[in-house]
Amino acid sequence: MSADPQTLSPELDAWLAAQAHKDLLRFITCGSVDDGKSTLIGRLLYESQVLFEDQLAALEHDSRRLGTQGGALDFALLVDGLAAEREQGITIDVAYRFFATEHRKFIVADTPGHEQYTRNMVTGASTAELAVILVDARKGVLTQTRRHSYLVSLLGIRRVVLAVNKMDLVDYQETVFRRIEQDYRDFSAQIGLTDIVAIPLSALRGDNVISPSAHMSWYTGPTLMAHLDRVPPTRPSSTVAFRMPVQWVNRPNQEFRGYAGLVVGGSVRVGDPLVVLPAGVRSRVARILLGDREAQQATTGQSVTLVLEDHIDVSRGDLLAAADAPAAVSELFEATVVWMGEEPMLPGRPYLLKCGTRTVAATIAPLKHKINVNTLEKLAARQLELNEIGLVHLSTEAPLAFDPYEENRDTGGFILIDRISNGTVGAGLLHGALRRAQDVHWQALDINQAARSAQKHQKACVLWFTGLSGAGKSTIANLVEKRLYALGRHTYLLDGDNVRHGLCRDLGFTDVDRVENIRRVAEVARLMTDAGLIVLVSFISPFRAERRLARSLLGPGEFCEIFIDTPIEEAERRDPKGLYRRARAGEIRNFTGIDSPYEPPENPEIHIDTRDTRAEQAAEQIIRYLRRIGVIDLDGVFIP
Amino acid sequence: MHGVRRGLEVPDLRHRRAAALEQVTQVLEYAVVRMSKLSHLARLEAESIHILREVVAECANPVMLYSIGKDSSVLLHLALKAFHPAPLPFPLLHVDTTWKFRDMIAFRDRTAQRLGLKLLVHVNTEGLAMGINPFTHGSSVHTDVMKTQALKQALDRHGFDAAFGGARRDEEKSRAKERVVSLRSAQHRWDPKRQRPELWRLYNTRMTKEESLRVFPLSNWTELDVWQYIYQENIEIVPLYFARERPVVERDGALIMVDDERMPLAPGERPQMRKVRFRTLGCYPLTGAIESNADSLPAIIEEMLVARTSERQGRLIDHDAAASMERKKQEGYF
Repeated sequence: MSADPQTLSPELDAWLAAQAHKDLLRFITCGSVDDGKSTLIGRLLYESQVLFEDQLAALEHDSRRLGTQGGALDFALLVDGLAAEREQGITIDVAYRFFATEHRKFIVADTPGHEQYTRNMVTGASTAELAVILVDARKGVLTQTRRHSYLVSLLGIRRVVLAVNKMDLVDYQETVFRRIEQDYRDFSAQIGLTDIVAIPLSALRGDNVISPSAHMSWYTGPTLMAHLDRVPPTRPSSTVAFRMPVQWVNRPNQEFRGYAGLVVGGSVRVGDPLVVLPAGVRSRVARILLGDREAQQATTGQSVTLVLEDHIDVSRGDLLAAADAPAAVSELFEATVVWMGEEPMLPGRPYLLKCGTRTVAATIAPLKHKINVNTLEKLAARQLELNEIGLVHLSTEAPLAFDPYEENRDTGGFILIDRISNGTVGAGLLHGALRRAQDVHWQALDINQAARSAQKHQKACVLWFTGLSGAGKSTIANLVEKRLYALGRHTYLLDGDNVRHGLCRDLGFTDVDRVENIRRVAEVARLMTDAGLIVLVSFISPFRAERRLARSLLGPGEFCEIFIDTPIEEAERRDPKGLYRRARAGEIRNFTGIDSPYEPPENPEIHIDTRDTRAEQAAEQIIRYLRRIGVIDLDGVFIP
Repeated sequence: MHGVRRGLEVPDLRHRRAAALEQVTQVLEYAVVRMSKLSHLARLEAESIHILREVVAECANPVMLYSIGKDSSVLLHLALKAFHPAPLPFPLLHVDTTWKFRDMIAFRDRTAQRLGLKLLVHVNTEGLAMGINPFTHGSSVHTDVMKTQALKQALDRHGFDAAFGGARRDEEKSRAKERVVSLRSAQHRWDPKRQRPELWRLYNTRMTKEESLRVFPLSNWTELDVWQYIYQENIEIVPLYFARERPVVERDGALIMVDDERMPLAPGERPQMRKVRFRTLGCYPLTGAIESNADSLPAIIEEMLVARTSERQGRLIDHDAAASMERKKQEGYF
């Protein structure tokens, strides 16, 4: 079935034509608890007549049952969706709402104002072009107002509406409004927000939301809806250089090879010279496909498939950029990170970073400082907790093409993903490349690991012993090293306690320090492996993420994780160094197994249960394993 | 702007000139931006295509849930665009409760054949053997066994790690908070408290082997957007959306179409021919029709503009309880 143009009435025809020219504005509403955000959005939906009779009937019913307005329509109930929220009477997540005016369609991100939900506000702000910041006329500019404004500014929103709500509760006085407006302008100028329109309103009573208020003749500016309908959108794409992260290579047959992606900056025409980043290879645009339609050009916001003139290697994760204005490429960055994980962000721990369509391993080190979002103070910090924001240096495992976030959100914004839980634990903004990445190169050496290992008649590797304190790691590692030495092998044993006397003397036992401790030891083990040695590492190493880091530093087959499995009760019973006793007495803090977690390996190469294996048997088992994988061969020189 | 008032200082002339200049600049900038801006439908289309491509690029074994309704038609149209000239890189899955309108099944098979699509049809045969049906067991048992359980069976059987669906955030309150890419546990459960933050256009598709994703490329579309897009793109939809004389009976205020002989009639109840159409399509005994003369797309859009009830009103399963949809989703309903 398709449209029959003959049935079109002239009015409908005009209406459909007008619809085709509507644009889209995404905005975010933010305010403190009880500032009336949900009521305001409910009011916008109600008054823009996007609600249907059954929804209104449900609203009337809910207002009587759950409402806070004494049975009158409670607009907040329209938007507080989840059952948990209704029970608690608060908004706990980002919700998206839709309404339209004469010129525009709107997508509203409704985000909560509680401090613990900074995560949600940043999420809502990331796609918004404008922010409506609510202030309670009775309370004025609060700490929360400043926090919301800072986050809005951080996420690159330049247009702000200061909605001074609940004017009905201050008798619609102009002086109250003017004072709040002035307070806010004084503050917001400090954080770079200058495009501010202040509107006095009452979401509950409907003053200046859609229709001009009858109670505030002193205000001659636009109503909220009128302003949203007319406010210029963000700057035009023509001022930004062409960018398209490659999502997918479309190759249905030998004749066609197209690169699918969303244009996130500038525009592109057939014939334009492009550069593929990070490789730096150049080509020109041969064809542009918009769906199944050929086009001569494409612009920001369009999903396209580009065919290039040359047969060059382009894959998902590459960035196509204007040849005369390419994006920068680096492996070391300065960035702002908003932490969103329940577990703290630990400098030195590897996370996955997704920027555009590229996902790479990335490590944050160092954390320069964190930012108190209420006072904007810079504070020294060793880790970031949930909802904290910090300025960091960040290194990626592979080169990344990017633009500073301030220039392009899509090529400068990134998320961090935890490698174990797969959760999205952080969001970040790239500010720029740090020079070190470009200046320090790897020194290529002629004598390599293979040469050094062959000289010693062995294959270099790391034997990583992990387990609780008192599990028997050092005892077994010591026996293994003696056996290897007896077999004429070249070894070194890195012991947790010994290393802490020198290399890691400056580190304590907090999670942050434990991560750094393991990182250093892993790097040392890698150097020693490179020297051709069999390296035995005997460390509690309680976190999977760091053991994975150590593994990632080494080649395949070079890392052997050995889990010395002794239950906590047994280790505590043995307590060879009396540490458990002291930990239980509260003399030692952050002790693994007592008040700091131990994450057992999921797939260790060797698993030794010390309850039914003596240390000598364990050592024998490990030697057999090394023979089997060819680290030492069977006819090794035996030195009596 | 506000005129000179007593007690307020007369603004400096330079400030006035600067303010006027700023206004002119804004108006000009606005005009330029407007001309270069895409329409809202173009932006929604591009966003949906981006989501489809992103998931296909990152997931091993995606599938598109095809419910035969108008949203499915739009989703399929977008997917064909997203991967053109390549064929669809995933199959379509229809969970058939065996109670769909006959017109829907005919449309489904015709569409799959016309476009050369790989179509999988899954029926919960255990439920069928137990004789589960909407008349004897009621809408919630029928929906749970033949739709929710059946969907889980099909996803598990084929090992799909991502399933596209046509749900929109404007449909219902708990949907408004769901992510575009939504993680499900090994038991296909949705945990609204453990949703991943979704920023910019960066979707996190990583998961364990047991988990899976539900992906909603039409999240930001409204019902009106869907109709306008169908009109603009001339997308074929099931004829049941257009008004025609159909045999219906009135039950609890809803007009139910007598689509086949399985429909039990009360003593004295007789189907009447009325000119009706459907705003949503599902199992025929659970889908209420509306009286209408709208027999073309523009007429449907015109009717929508003056409509006074939401499309979900025709879906009998939403009427159970206030938080019913949220609960169904936690249990694995799509």
